[in-house]
Amino acid sequence: MIKQLSQRLLGPVTLLCLALTFWLGLWVTPPDRVQGNLVRLLYVHPAVAWVALYVSFGTATIASILYLWKRTRSFTMDRIAHCAMEVSVVFIVLTLITGSIWGRPTWGVWWAWDARLTSTAILGVLAVGYLALRRANDDSTLRARRSAVFAILSAINVPIIHFSVQWWKTLHQGATVFTSNRQLLVHGSMAWTLLLSFVGFTLLFFWLLRARYRLEVLRESTQQMMLDEALLLRQREGVM
Amino acid sequence: MIRTAWLVAKKDLLIERRSRVLLWQVLPFGAMALLLSGLALGPAHAGTSSAGPGLFYLVMLFVALLMINRSYVIESTPGTRASVQTLGLDPAGVFLGKSLALCVELWLSGLVLLAGTVLVLHTGLHGALVALPSVLVTLAAMSAAGTLYGALTAGAQGAATLLPVLTLPAFAPLLVAGERSFSAALTHSGLWEWWLIVAVALVAYVGVGILLYGVLEES
Repeated sequence: MIKQLSQRLLGPVTLLCLALTFWLGLWVTPPDRVQGNLVRLLYVHPAVAWVALYVSFGTATIASILYLWKRTRSFTMDRIAHCAMEVSVVFIVLTLITGSIWGRPTWGVWWAWDARLTSTAILGVLAVGYLALRRANDDSTLRARRSAVFAILSAINVPIIHFSVQWWKTLHQGATVFTSNRQLLVHGSMAWTLLLSFVGFTLLFFWLLRARYRLEVLRESTQQMMLDEALLLRQREGVM
Repeated sequence: MIRTAWLVAKKDLLIERRSRVLLWQVLPFGAMALLLSGLALGPAHAGTSSAGPGLFYLVMLFVALLMINRSYVIESTPGTRASVQTLGLDPAGVFLGKSLALCVELWLSGLVLLAGTVLVLHTGLHGALVALPSVLVTLAAMSAAGTLYGALTAGAQGAATLLPVLTLPAFAPLLVAGERSFSAALTHSGLWEWWLIVAVALVAYVGVGILLYGVLEES
């Protein structure tokens, strides 16, 4: 009952959170002292990056580990990893696009050879590589194992992206929401909008993941039905 | 594990020695790529540019991709994979053996191409000799990573084109670190940070390979 209710509410709640984020971000919050109206893009970019790097890639990695672990091995885990990685590609691209739009007026260029930008782009290529690897293997078990190993190997890049702003002093700024002493740097309506955007985009990820998962299950069952039908036809031909 | 590794490495190197693919196909390709890199810089800049280390690693990358692909092609003949599986070899040993063989092949290619870099791109001989240990460690890390990624694509549809897509992002930090340490050796500046990155990557890839190669072999 609760599960069904939460599944039904996921979509409307996500839309509500995102609509509120856009309303607060575009009309209610004040312009920034330094960045002016450009700050409004930051109600989208960090939340999208959070979903791309940690939520979706994290989900894909955890599902891959669970697939490789014999006790929890099932195609459900493989499907979750696959669907999460597909959604991850969308969010990584969105991260790069929104970052680029912000970077042009701020840094003067659409793209800089910055450690965080480059490592995020590499993560995007890895995510696309994961999808290419899946398409290159027909056998489902082989495909699941190989892609699980590749997802785990690719996840090494996530901490590199996270710490890149500390390890290499390049253009992308470091932590701007919290200080190193865990003190909040954003206040008032700006902080609430930022928080809401994180919640909204995280919910959007789970909504998309659920939709993609259901689609994958339907695709697999259709494939199975077609296979059964073909086998039946072949059997009938044999009888005749 | 060590015994298996030794057996597999010996087998791969023996096949390579008999087929002479490295000598007659891969090395000429590497030399040609190095020459073309010099031409791309232009005759006026080829001898004075500081791009030597970067070009060396770029060519090594092409050579490595060819060698990784080759390392799995030699096992693609029907029945080879199944017969190796029936031997019940330790997968960690197989991984180490294949990495070792690939490493030796890359070291040989690296030495030849390093000499080529000194000759064609006029990279300082002393600097190249100082950079040699870091080059060897970088190539060892590339071979460990390459063995792992090669196993991921072995037998897949379009394996030859899929391999670079999967491998290049993994090689990127190794190439950057390798190039920086080579450049640092030429300018006599600190190269220990880059050395550390390459050494950590080598240990990480060997560790992950030992742990996960079995999973790939199982499939």
